[in-house]
Amino acid sequence: MNKTITISPVTRIEGHAKITIHLDENGTVQDARLHVDEFRGFEKFCEGRLLWEMPGITSRICGICPSSHLISSAKAGDEIFAVEIPETAEKLRRLLVLAQWVQSHALSFFYLSSPDLLLGFDSDPSKRNILGLIEKDKELARRGIRLRKFGQEIIEILGGRRIHTPWAVPGGVREPFDKSKKDHLLNWIPEVKETALMALEIIKKVHQDLEKEIPSFGNFRSLFVGLVSTDGGLEYYDGTLRVMDGNGNIIADHLDPRKYYEYFDEHTENWSYLKFPFYKPLGYPKGMYRVGPLARVNICDYIETPLAEKERREFKKIAASDGVVNNSFYYHYARLIETLFAVERIEVLLNDPAILGDHIRARAMINRYEGVGCNEAPRGVLFHHYWVNKDGVLQKVNLLIATGQNNLAMNRTIKQIASSFIEGSNISEGVLNRIESGIRMYDPCLSCSTHAIGQMPLVIQFIDANGNVVHEIRK
Amino acid sequence: MKLKVATAWLGGCSGCHMSFLDLDERLIELADKIELVHSPFADIKSFPENVDFTLVEGAITNNENIEMAHIIRKRSKFVISFGDCAVTGNVTALRNFFSPEEVITRSYIELSSNKNKTPNDYSNLAQLIPTARPLHEFIKVDAFLHGCPPTADQIWFAISELLEGRLPEFQNIFLRYG
Ligand code: SF4
Repeated sequence: MNKTITISPVTRIEGHAKITIHLDENGTVQDARLHVDEFRGFEKFCEGRLLWEMPGITSRICGICPSSHLISSAKAGDEIFAVEIPETAEKLRRLLVLAQWVQSHALSFFYLSSPDLLLGFDSDPSKRNILGLIEKDKELARRGIRLRKFGQEIIEILGGRRIHTPWAVPGGVREPFDKSKKDHLLNWIPEVKETALMALEIIKKVHQDLEKEIPSFGNFRSLFVGLVSTDGGLEYYDGTLRVMDGNGNIIADHLDPRKYYEYFDEHTENWSYLKFPFYKPLGYPKGMYRVGPLARVNICDYIETPLAEKERREFKKIAASDGVVNNSFYYHYARLIETLFAVERIEVLLNDPAILGDHIRARAMINRYEGVGCNEAPRGVLFHHYWVNKDGVLQKVNLLIATGQNNLAMNRTIKQIASSFIEGSNISEGVLNRIESGIRMYDPCLSCSTHAIGQMPLVIQFIDANGNVVHEIRK
Repeated sequence: MKLKVATAWLGGCSGCHMSFLDLDERLIELADKIELVHSPFADIKSFPENVDFTLVEGAITNNENIEMAHIIRKRSKFVISFGDCAVTGNVTALRNFFSPEEVITRSYIELSSNKNKTPNDYSNLAQLIPTARPLHEFIKVDAFLHGCPPTADQIWFAISELLEGRLPEFQNIFLRYG
């Protein structure tokens, strides 16, 4: 008799999903699936809207990374206007993207993952959350909260509000930087830098403590994809695409992100609303690739700020001899290196007189009927592709969202963790939490898809060969 | 005794929940006063009995949202529509100009490499209802928190009132849209 275990909903991730684990009669894991459970339909309902509304509408895809959608949307608009935006506008947009990285990475580490990493996978589930962390270590929690606040406050200073600011527009940005806030932010830098460094020390300690678990937490070769600057540095706002294989060979470089559809396609399965993007030359599912912090820190040749570059070099020491860190557990580590980078880079930008300019917007009309906008969202590279008519009315929209691109890898990861920790009928809550935490490493943003019903924490289904549920246990 | 508080996430973007986290240091104060018994941020999977109040983000957009809404109502003393998606349908309801088939066809057939499959394994997936609707069309709602998302100050005001056992009555500054 076969058996299916369901974890529903997966918690402490952004968005709702459910996991099923399929066991054969010996209790051996046959398969594990991440089901992303709801669908909101942006690609259809944006049709008929105006180009000018798109940044505001598409930022509502996600409340965690609205600024990333805002920037991709505004950049698609720049393409359609066929304008080069003023230098000040570009630097301010860069500041926004970095602030977005800081707040989102702080959220991922301190609010969502640290309950596993600091309180323990097997700790009391009723305490395994940010309030539990506050109870256990108030000072650490305060630091994490203030790190996220730093990012959110920059977004608010730039765009007037923290979530869903309408500030970036095709052609540039709406408001210049408020000079009076510069010193306030600069004075804050030492504290957040210290917090980022402290978090890095914490994760290195965690690596020692979890020696037993790490080898099965998404340890496999895959392609890595992300943006790099013209000379191969870590890039977040512009740049070109690099594709690296799991042995560290760069198999494609400096691809134009505006032609993303030539390199990537999306596959549909009937059991998830999240599609399965793949690298076209290798086909589905061999073209599995990973995006986001682990990919970016793996593929770049250097990081332009000194402290983060030092950490990158140390990070590379855990790599296999081919120089690639293939284990997804190190997403946490890479994310914290990027946090440090973002803080350092924000400091540089705040000291750059160019951000104080007031030429912030190029005005134009519809000069092209198609445009692609792309930037590195916290979770990976993001693409907005719009087709408009001469009045700027949207005719068609395609969105390739960061998290989706890790879909194949997330499924592979939960299967690997399940296979390592499930032995026969001995399945504890802590083991199920380890499987969920395998998803948390990717920090998925499933918000365009919400919700699995959650009244039962765990359902184990015994399924016969025809797929019928013949017996069910609820815990 | 700590109040039992839950938050839920239906058809929304999580922005209302993020605005909750924008309470920043006030979260530390809150940790002394409430127990987060069920939430996307917390690990208890089942929605418990006897919850003092629940903040519900998002519109009702599928069959599982409906079931969840009824469970929340039955087990919570106060239910608060948390943000414009819950209050009006908002961005989630933009799909109402089209049928569920049209939105699904666009994403999974026209914009996919394999043109013959749609997500329809409803034993594991929620199924869209014809249109996305506000929460109060399905259950009785005790208070409405406007905004997309409501600001952290608005949320703080609402929670402070609820902690005193009162339903929040919003004054003009908190009755803003968008
Ligand atoms: S009201 Fe706004 S912020 Fe809240 S879930 Fe809806 S779109 Fe997101």
